[in-house]
Amino acid sequence: MRSAVTNHVVQVEGVTRRFGAVTALDDVSLDVPEGELVGLLGPNGAGKTTLLSLVSGIRKPDSGEIRLFGRSPRDAVARLGLGTTPQETGLPPTLKVGEVVDLVAGHYPDPMPRGEVLERFGIGDLAGRQTGGLSGGQKRRLAVALALVGRPRLVLLDEPTTGLDVEARHVLWDALRQYHADGATVLLTSHYLEEIEALAQRVVVIGEGRVLADDSLAAVLDLVAVRRVLVSVPEHAAAALTRIPGVVSAERDGDRWTLLASDADAVVRTLVRDDVPFSGLEVRGASLEEAFLALTGGEPVRDAARAADRAADRAAAPSAEGPTAVPQGVPR
Amino acid sequence: MTATTLAPRSPLHLTLLHARFQFLETVRVPIAVIGNLLFPSLAMFFFVVPQPEVSQDPGIATAAAAQLATFAIISTCLFSFGAGVAEDRAMPFDPYLRTLPAGAAPRLAGRVVNGIVWCLLALVPLIGIAIVFTEATITPQRLLVSLALVPVVALPFLLLGLAIGYALSNKAAIAVVQAVLFPLAFAGGLFMPPEVFPGWMNAMSRALPTRAARDLVIDVATGYSAYALALPVLVGWTVLFAALAVTAYRRDEGRRFR
Repeated sequence: MRSAVTNHVVQVEGVTRRFGAVTALDDVSLDVPEGELVGLLGPNGAGKTTLLSLVSGIRKPDSGEIRLFGRSPRDAVARLGLGTTPQETGLPPTLKVGEVVDLVAGHYPDPMPRGEVLERFGIGDLAGRQTGGLSGGQKRRLAVALALVGRPRLVLLDEPTTGLDVEARHVLWDALRQYHADGATVLLTSHYLEEIEALAQRVVVIGEGRVLADDSLAAVLDLVAVRRVLVSVPEHAAAALTRIPGVVSAERDGDRWTLLASDADAVVRTLVRDDVPFSGLEVRGASLEEAFLALTGGEPVRDAARAADRAADRAAAPSAEGPTAVPQGVPR
Repeated sequence: MTATTLAPRSPLHLTLLHARFQFLETVRVPIAVIGNLLFPSLAMFFFVVPQPEVSQDPGIATAAAAQLATFAIISTCLFSFGAGVAEDRAMPFDPYLRTLPAGAAPRLAGRVVNGIVWCLLALVPLIGIAIVFTEATITPQRLLVSLALVPVVALPFLLLGLAIGYALSNKAAIAVVQAVLFPLAFAGGLFMPPEVFPGWMNAMSRALPTRAARDLVIDVATGYSAYALALPVLVGWTVLFAALAVTAYRRDEGRRFR
């Protein structure tokens, strides 16, 4: 069974995957053409890891279809061109670094020589050490190195540098950029915006099991560049807050308001111009979680722009109960 | 994806690859190795060597050694596959291995090869003790046929071990292996010869895979004929355990999270 579109390394069509009552992925579609470096960005629990486990054939979708090089990822032949990373805590502790590399290399027709793989990640001198004796950073480098051993055309990386120090992180990023420059396709997940910025060309934002945005890095950075404006406003003036353009979410705690907006300066200018009697103004960067919240507007919607519009509409048009909290269900 | 068609490595290559590294992993945990090799030998020292009526009769001594050898094989299979597989599944490395371009078959086959190697190794001290401390004898032909029988005896228990290992969590698997191994071994006549069983128990015992395996091994090693249904019984259990193992493997999706 071959798909009509053959230059797509990964094709995900209408995939849903549940774990008991939890829907990890909800009707997700995503195509990754050859040679792209795609970042999957989302908070913990958004469904990123589940998506990777479906693409790598570990799990099956409940419905929908996954294609890896035009085949089912459950088919071992499809995985000849796939490289993935074990969790660094999961390396067999009694095997030596070189042995783990050899074990993985033995699965591929044209693997990289042991020395070359380890050198790319700066751990060439560790080949004779048992993995159980490595530091966390060394294990993580080995784990990512294992993804490249088979010279795969597609590399899947799940949170590749979480918990690493800055230097180790840059070593890994450089190695991945270099491998991508050699022609490989890379799909990585992260909940660090910084990591996605450093590596990805295209960014897919996932929240609560849905694709919230799928665009170039620059476009997604604009979407998630949300600021938090905190002000105290007396009850009689609260309605004015809801008329401020560009506010995607407004939440109150007594007379203390938290506004999420992509342009905090514009919000402050409006407050001053409209002579809103505010006090205790604070402007802070929003967390990525809040940025996702702004994208979802409290409820998962497919299209990010529409979500932002809807949230803005709601903030601008108070309901009968007054302008209360827009976001519900913070993505975890 | 027609530009480059990569050929997968041969199943034999992958099987030996997995067997080699599983062997290395096992051998680097000496206590697992020693425990495995030691228990049947200790049983030999405590239950066979001190009893002259057993150890000084070539036929009975050989049968006793064959009986404990059968236990050594069954125990190796159930522990290394039941408990071992469940332990591996609990490690995050196992789902990673499932993303490598090998199907289920070479990994399972690698485990089988590794298990049979350990079964054979477990026999070495046992046979040594039998030769040095008892009157047990065996002709070279019978020894060769007996060794050839090791995989046949090992297979059903290895499959049962896999079924347990893939179906249960680490802690549950160890408990279930013990709960399965010792009653089966006892009722199958691996500790006490079935000649001392009451009639009804002897009859029931013949339906068990342990009894069938024991009688076949003793038949080949000494010439005391096994009961006629021993081979069909063993084959029947093998088929059943194979079906259970395949079902458990297919249902297993690695660690589940909620």
